Amino acid sequence: MALGLNSLKKSIWVYHVACSPCNGCDIEILDLLTPRFDVERFGIVLVGSVRHADALLVTGCVNRQIKPRLQEVYLQAAKPCVVFAIGSCAVGGNFFRRSYNMAGPVDRAIKEVDPNAIIVYVPGCPAKPEAMISSVVKAIGFLDNLKKVKV
Amino acid sequence: MAIFYYLIFPGFLFATIAGLLTAWFDRKVTAKVQWRKGPPILQNFYDIFKLLIKEVTIPDTANPTIFLLVPAIALSAASVATAMLGVVNMNWSYTFVGDLIVLWYIMSIPSIMIIIGASASGNPLSSIGASREMNQLIGYELPLVIILATIIFKVGSIGLGDILAYQSVNGPILYSISGVIACIVMIICLQAKLGLVPFDIPEAETELGAGAFMEYSGVALGAFKLTKAILLYTSPIFIITLFWGGIHIHGLGILWAILKYVLFIALFTLIRNTNPRLRIDQSVRFFWITMTILALIAFILMSIGY
Repeated sequence: MALGLNSLKKSIWVYHVACSPCNGCDIEILDLLTPRFDVERFGIVLVGSVRHADALLVTGCVNRQIKPRLQEVYLQAAKPCVVFAIGSCAVGGNFFRRSYNMAGPVDRAIKEVDPNAIIVYVPGCPAKPEAMISSVVKAIGFLDNLKKVKV
Repeated sequence: MAIFYYLIFPGFLFATIAGLLTAWFDRKVTAKVQWRKGPPILQNFYDIFKLLIKEVTIPDTANPTIFLLVPAIALSAASVATAMLGVVNMNWSYTFVGDLIVLWYIMSIPSIMIIIGASASGNPLSSIGASREMNQLIGYELPLVIILATIIFKVGSIGLGDILAYQSVNGPILYSISGVIACIVMIICLQAKLGLVPFDIPEAETELGAGAFMEYSGVALGAFKLTKAILLYTSPIFIITLFWGGIHIHGLGILWAILKYVLFIALFTLIRNTNPRLRIDQSVRFFWITMTILALIAFILMSIGY
């Protein structure tokens, strides 16, 4: 178990969930995965299927249309799975928070289906790639806590 | 002794370690081609260990027995193929009539298991991946079997040990015009068998998500990743055994063997990094027309003595 969790820290496969974003944060995520930042050094790889993912990169504000889909995608992911709320929209709704079709930010939508979900907030409009790398470091700290609880 | 061969030295355990290191080499060379630094040397081990603790999800639409059985069969088939090749390379007398044909069958079992597993998962994108994998299998098996026939006719025997003995007497098959052409066709066919980039149509990430592997997670996905790694390690050895006099693990021969091995892995990686993905119809046409004609030319050149 400890070996697996130590390996998990060094091999985080991310899956990109776009919940009606403006594409600003998505472009920053793609920027993060380019050779310039080279996150494969840390074992971070973009995967095509949510079943393979260890982390969901959620961008955009969660509206009524997308909320059940986001919850479904989260339930489909193989646990343990960390959720990254990337950008101000995903963290708190940004200036869309009072909009008639908003169904709450990402954390509220995820916590409805899994109260113990690990959610990492990466604010910024759009969030910078450096901020995302720093948030991954913090998520690894969460995994250490998980190890203390489990073992 | 057979259990030792299968599980420890040329078989499962050694092939796992060598295969994961080879997969790391592949990723590192890819990173260098893209001017990146690339992952650390143990990256693929981390990936596999991580997949061991992940939850195994089974979709509602899947047939759970087949869905979970298939990765295990694929992994054991890949290990058997590696063990057979390794044992024959260690001692040429460990051969039997027709083991080349048996090896060829066993090496196509992982592809067939991918097709069955993807069909059992009940996911529409996976089923497209399965159909593409099937088309691709039909595509590359034709030139591959002509190449194997070329070698069998040249050597006059279907045993791997006899092929190695022939090459130690008459020089490697690669050192002739027909041998060079046959080797090129073989490399491209094995590139398709491994599912590397110009032929990674079944798991095309940008079109199908992960295609045939879409619904797999946890240990089952790990078994498939391990199968791919073991096949990546086995394929160059298969080529070296058939064309370049095999692997000698005595004295200085081991350095020469590693050099040959790294050369073929680097070739696979460079082909992977310098080509865009083909469409499935382009791929099948390429194998059935270009590659088959090249394979037939090799066959004819061999039969008139070049």
